[in-house]
Amino acid sequence: MFSDYTATELGSIFAMQGFAGLILFAVFLLMALGLAIIFGQMGVINMAHGEFMILGAYMTYLTSNLFAEYLPGLFDAYFFVAIVVAFLASAALGAFVEWAMIRRLYHRPLDTLLATWGLSLLMQQSYRSIFGAREVGVRIPDWMAGSFPVTDIVELPINGLIVMLIAIGVTFCVYLLMFKSSWGRRVRAVVQNRPMAGAVGINTAKVDRMTFALGCGIAGIAGSAFTMIGSTGPSAGQQYIVDTFLVVVFGGAASLLGTVASAFSISQAQSTMEFFLGGSMAKVLTLMTVVIILMFRPQGLFTLKVRK
Amino acid sequence: MSNFSLKNMMTRQDVLGFFVLAVLLLVIMPLSMDIIRLTQFGKYLSFAFVAVGLVLCWGYGGILSLGQGVFYGLGGYALAMFLKLEASSPENTAIQSTPGIPDFMDWNRITELPWFWEPFNSFTFSLLAILIVPTIFAYFIGFAMFKRRVGGVYFAIITQAISSILTILIIGQQGYTGGVNGITDLRTLLGWNIRSDYASYVFYFIGVALLFVCLFVAQFITKSKLGRILVAMRGQEDRVRFSGYDVANFKIFVFCVGAAFAAVGGAMFTLQEKFMSPSFVGIVPSIEMVIFCAVGGRMSILGAVYGAILVNVAKTYFGESFPELWLFAMGLLFIGVVVAFPDGLAGVYQKYCAPTVDKFLDKAPLFKRYSGDSSYSGSSSSHEPVNAS
Repeated sequence: MFSDYTATELGSIFAMQGFAGLILFAVFLLMALGLAIIFGQMGVINMAHGEFMILGAYMTYLTSNLFAEYLPGLFDAYFFVAIVVAFLASAALGAFVEWAMIRRLYHRPLDTLLATWGLSLLMQQSYRSIFGAREVGVRIPDWMAGSFPVTDIVELPINGLIVMLIAIGVTFCVYLLMFKSSWGRRVRAVVQNRPMAGAVGINTAKVDRMTFALGCGIAGIAGSAFTMIGSTGPSAGQQYIVDTFLVVVFGGAASLLGTVASAFSISQAQSTMEFFLGGSMAKVLTLMTVVIILMFRPQGLFTLKVRK
Repeated sequence: MSNFSLKNMMTRQDVLGFFVLAVLLLVIMPLSMDIIRLTQFGKYLSFAFVAVGLVLCWGYGGILSLGQGVFYGLGGYALAMFLKLEASSPENTAIQSTPGIPDFMDWNRITELPWFWEPFNSFTFSLLAILIVPTIFAYFIGFAMFKRRVGGVYFAIITQAISSILTILIIGQQGYTGGVNGITDLRTLLGWNIRSDYASYVFYFIGVALLFVCLFVAQFITKSKLGRILVAMRGQEDRVRFSGYDVANFKIFVFCVGAAFAAVGGAMFTLQEKFMSPSFVGIVPSIEMVIFCAVGGRMSILGAVYGAILVNVAKTYFGESFPELWLFAMGLLFIGVVVAFPDGLAGVYQKYCAPTVDKFLDKAPLFKRYSGDSSYSGSSSSHEPVNAS
């Protein structure tokens, strides 16, 4: 399949697909981070994660409309406000959901999966009732549109770069929060040994709620970034959910580095193969490879060593 | 051999339950519905197969598979491929550029029958394939996962990924699979018109008969030692392993049984609806199948049948009259069943109806000789004072 192209063309193809893969990587990473935190911390699979992301996307859409309506002068900067709004809205909803539903089901992880799936259906239908079934797109501020030429064939879209910057920034913040703050220390203590953490005075229920809210909030940021590169529909979240789960499981639960590495490899594999084999085959092959690797190494790429 | 006697296999409540279900499916439904509604009802029953399989896997074995749609689809596709080949005989497809191959292949400029379609010219092979292909596939998945002690949430995610892979594959490989429309326009079975009302009645009764076969197999499994080991495994896997049982093999077995049930259900769907499409393979239908089982009660094989029927009736009714409300209702159903009624309808029945029914059965002459052995009479007597007051 490579014989049809010259070497320079191949180089450019790989560069372009590699860059497209990097954007996909950013989206995967943003979604998987939130999921990994929740899954690693509480063993809870949040099937509604995609819908929390879409909540962030709709919040960005609302914010951009509000700015266009009332503060047209500041329109260029609305995106930064939107990220904060998206984070807060998703995190608040996440905390509420944890309080109302998830905390009753901690000892039944499989049931959480079903209950959050129900939640995802509720959220999807709410979006459809409120925002309509059609996909909505936000207006990108002028400075984000356009692209940035590197060579005469290779061009890097600016919105893609920004999504990537957000992903890197959020990952860095999560790293700081998890490994350099006292809150992160409490979270890690609860992950490693819940009864002992409780015994030394950590309020594990509160840690759980904050963690869940943080995970959902990061999904909100992911949704916000998502609006930069695509339009938002009520059921857009569902399309990403399987990939995101695989990213988390493949990386190894509770491992930040693993999540980054697996998001990177999955997205690069998918986008490189996409050019040569077409979208559906690329996805099938990628998912299949991941599933097969997981059969041989169920614990994922990186694992946290915990005495059980 | 006393282990195999009817008394040990079924309590009198079970006998009554099977009897009521048989009357409902064989007498009441065919008499009260026209053939169109009855065929639709038969479609709901085809989902009951999956739900019964899930009771074994999930309720008893603790294995939550979010990929039952894969097996349902494989069973359905196996039969649909046979029927499609029969419908695309060279005479019927004379207008195509390559006569004798299914129409969707011709549309996709495929000029000869792919190799994996060839064996489906044989009816015997197709019947065997319905059962064997999904079971072998389940065996491979189960072997790879359970031997490495992958379970719980991981298993659920990986089965979900597999159903996603299969859906993408079917939709993507349009020329070989019929794509997103699936395999449609099925006409005859061994020269016999499957679109007549008579055929629809026959298929309905075959479906009910096969459902009862599955129910009896499931009943046998749950009441045998195997069923107890499954329950023990679900509770304390390590202890069962340390007692010398090979936990993985039991899990593989029950997963394969669930897959085979689902495949039979899929084949019955193909017969009754005269098509099969990837919309029954993917993530969403697979999770819906779990909710059929959860609504009925994850520990009750008869409950699973009622769960499948009720959810589907509700879906049809809401879907026709209030499409916006349906997703809300479905979402609330998921949350409500999981949070408030983890034992589903069967749990409600056990708590509120079973003691009364038991009292009644004590007086019924037909069930007299059964009294004393039922495990309910012990447990239900403790409920009696509550109910009587």
